[in-house]
Amino acid sequence: MKVKELAQISDFGAITLPEGDRDIEGVYIGDLLSWVMGRARADDAWITIMSNVNVIAVASLSDVSCVIFAEGVMPEDSIVETATKKGINLISTSLSAYGTAVRLSEILK
Amino acid sequence: MSEALVFRFDVDGEDFTSAGQASVIVKRNLRQLGIDSEIIRRVSIAMYEGEINMVIHAGGGVAEVRVDEECIEIVLEDHGPGIKDIDKAMQEGYSTAPDEIRSLGFGAGMGLPNMKRHTDSLEIFSTVGVGTKIVMKVYNKVAS
Repeated sequence: MKVKELAQISDFGAITLPEGDRDIEGVYIGDLLSWVMGRARADDAWITIMSNVNVIAVASLSDVSCVIFAEGVMPEDSIVETATKKGINLISTSLSAYGTAVRLSEILK
Repeated sequence: MSEALVFRFDVDGEDFTSAGQASVIVKRNLRQLGIDSEIIRRVSIAMYEGEINMVIHAGGGVAEVRVDEECIEIVLEDHGPGIKDIDKAMQEGYSTAPDEIRSLGFGAGMGLPNMKRHTDSLEIFSTVGVGTKIVMKVYNKVAS
């Protein structure tokens, strides 16, 4: 599924989608950035509640297809701007990390 | 690519939010050289962890990346406090990072283990009170 298609589904919303045509191949959940870099795979959707600027660097370096902010977390405008410039897709949801994973498991079948 | 290409960066120890810029530039440069994307991913993750370590522990340092046909070598050098117990530092989950760093999502004790995991070789030269030098190599599959 493409990132921009996920952003259209109820429970999810686009924050910025500079590369919305990227495919989601898997899912990773984590808030400790080094764990995410060590374990997330390229093209995963990354679910987190962290919203500082380092998230954008980690997303870029680990090459995930999008960052999904769970629990209604919204990053600051400056971070959204950085993500847009660096080609990092950001999606929001009010679901918990678990709820997001369950939903993705249904959608990505 | 007959001669080695060298990229050199000063890693600013004061600015935690800009840490990672050198890694992002390296990633872009390697992509322009047509290097395999999985190799790029490994190099940039290892280098980012190294950069973050230099910012957290050593007040910054110098990063150098050499690219030739066979291999990408990353050399990180700082004049920080040095690593007291390298074996411990290599264990996943062992960290001496302060709490404010943890609240940013770092300091999980995964930095050096991640660097080892993503590279083909990792050497650490460290003297307490003098500094640390780390040499990492990732072999370029495309050329072999």
